[in-house]
Amino acid sequence: MKRSLLPWLVVATVLLLLFPMAAEKFYLQLVTKIMILAIFALSLDLLVGYTGLVSLGHAAYFGIAAYTYALASQAADPANVWLTLPLALAASAAAALLVGALVLRTSGVYFIMVTLAFAQMAYYFFHDTRIAGGSDGIYINTRPDAHLPGLDLADDLHFYYFVLALLAIVFALLAVVLRSPFGRALQGIKANEHRMRALGYATLHYKLAAFVLAGTIAGLAGYLAAAKEGFVNPEMMAWHQSGAVLMMLILGGMGTLFGAVLGAFSYVLLQEWFSTLTKHWQLLMGGFIVAAVLLLPHGLIGLHRLRIKSRAPRPEGDGD
Amino acid sequence: MTEPVLATTTLGRRFGGLVAVDDVSLSLAPRTVHAVIGPNGAGKSTLVNLLSGDLRPSTGTIHLGALDITHWPSHRIAQHGVARSFQHTNVFAAFSAFENCRLAAQSRHKSFGRWVKPAERYGDWNAAADAALKIVGLASRGGIPAAALSHGERRSLEIAMALATQPSVLLLDEPLAGMGPEESAHIVALLKRLAADHAILLVEHDMDAVFALADRLTVMVNGRILASGAPDAIRANADVQRAYLGTEAVSTL
Ligand SMILES: Nc1ncnc2c1ncn2[C@@H]1O[C@H](COP(=O)(O)OP(=O)(O)OP(=O)(O)O)[C@@H](O)[C@H]1O
Ligand SMILES: [Mg+2]
Repeated sequence: MKRSLLPWLVVATVLLLLFPMAAEKFYLQLVTKIMILAIFALSLDLLVGYTGLVSLGHAAYFGIAAYTYALASQAADPANVWLTLPLALAASAAAALLVGALVLRTSGVYFIMVTLAFAQMAYYFFHDTRIAGGSDGIYINTRPDAHLPGLDLADDLHFYYFVLALLAIVFALLAVVLRSPFGRALQGIKANEHRMRALGYATLHYKLAAFVLAGTIAGLAGYLAAAKEGFVNPEMMAWHQSGAVLMMLILGGMGTLFGAVLGAFSYVLLQEWFSTLTKHWQLLMGGFIVAAVLLLPHGLIGLHRLRIKSRAPRPEGDGD
Repeated sequence: MTEPVLATTTLGRRFGGLVAVDDVSLSLAPRTVHAVIGPNGAGKSTLVNLLSGDLRPSTGTIHLGALDITHWPSHRIAQHGVARSFQHTNVFAAFSAFENCRLAAQSRHKSFGRWVKPAERYGDWNAAADAALKIVGLASRGGIPAAALSHGERRSLEIAMALATQPSVLLLDEPLAGMGPEESAHIVALLKRLAADHAILLVEHDMDAVFALADRLTVMVNGRILASGAPDAIRANADVQRAYLGTEAVSTL
């Protein structure tokens, strides 16, 4: 599976590298936003697609890092990336550790509900207190500064490549982790947690580590989103944000890293397109997702799999 | 008398009003096959689930050597060298037979902190997985998804996974159920060899296999131990004949 996707990965990377040459500012910013959401979707894929943990509160970790960054950069000068980014990631990781330690004792639909409940708590915390502007949110005056020669994150083009580099790093990191013994254990847990325990795996520890890693990567996406927009508000961690990223995964195909990225691109582009057609674009989107789930149970990435199958029929593995 | 490897005292488990395992005191000696037989619903699988930590006991204790493991979770018991197979095949259906055994072999090593080197580059684990597949006769089937194996092969894979964890104690719940005669004979011969350096608790309905393998035999009925002793003594025991084996079965023993 992995090897046959490699050419597509190369094509996608080259296209993303070259894209700014052809694009106007609006599209440059749009693709930047999509790449940030792709990082977010990748982090959720680690949970849903590879560990079998369906979280409906993943936006909490996205939002917590965004708020941490916003609160840490209220001075007039640009914030230092190398100070604020670790701080924001640590905040998301700590929140994920705390929440994970509690919610991972539940499973199935209870897990879904409890992850949602914690995210709603985070939402209302920022919504109802004056810490960071309440429901209005707060502005961040400047983009952060990475203090690297030749890199000016205030420039949209530079910011685009910065996000692209981080997307590539996250993709590579997850690809490595998922092939490692740790990653294989996660996939075993998704397939049959009971059997993993019988084999001697302390599955709770593995799930907690995955939950924290996913929360941290979601935090990276949240940091970048806040840096890009120069603005944070509680909607960043609302339940429909958690739902949207889950739909990206479903659309693209969970359990494959490429599918998560594909899902982010197709979701946002469809959203853009549908919203030019009607202001009830969410109806169209809903219909599209339903159709996609019915026709492509493995998501858009499944198209690729179908193609391979029709070329050379062979017993299908789990598709990692 | 050698120290038992695994021992229970007055072990019990109830499900609501039903006492599935009742006052079971049993000890498993090293290098022996200890067979547990009994009619359907006697509590044999429940006993295995208690020993493996899949179920919590309601009463009694379980010792592994000198360790009191009564309240240990299943993964911790497995880490201490107690491997089990399941009566109802319980494998990773979508994974290859090899990966099933590789994960089993991996479980014996600290993999929690190993996030970088690809799993398939751990040569020792691959070797353990290959050895386990070979010993049950699945050497040539490693690349096939478990779901695509025949029923008998999946039963063999179940045993291979237990062996790949390199256990000292094996808890086997009806390993022969659903196997063809050839597969069955292969596994019986294998278990005989394994008994040289393992303690094996064998739950099995196939009486030929039981009497071919067992060094010791325990008969359970309605959650309780009806009789326990050397196979020949059990065969001659009148209670056992009445309560379980039945006249028809006895004549075939
Ligand atoms: N999880 C459970 N909840 C409720 N009752 C259970 C549970 N597991 C087993 N039982 C009951 O406990 C009794 C013993 O079951 P068990 O599976 O241990 O029998 P067994 O000796 O393994 O039978 P068989 O030979 O059919 O496998 C049965 O009456 C069964 O219905
Ligand atoms: Mg049983």
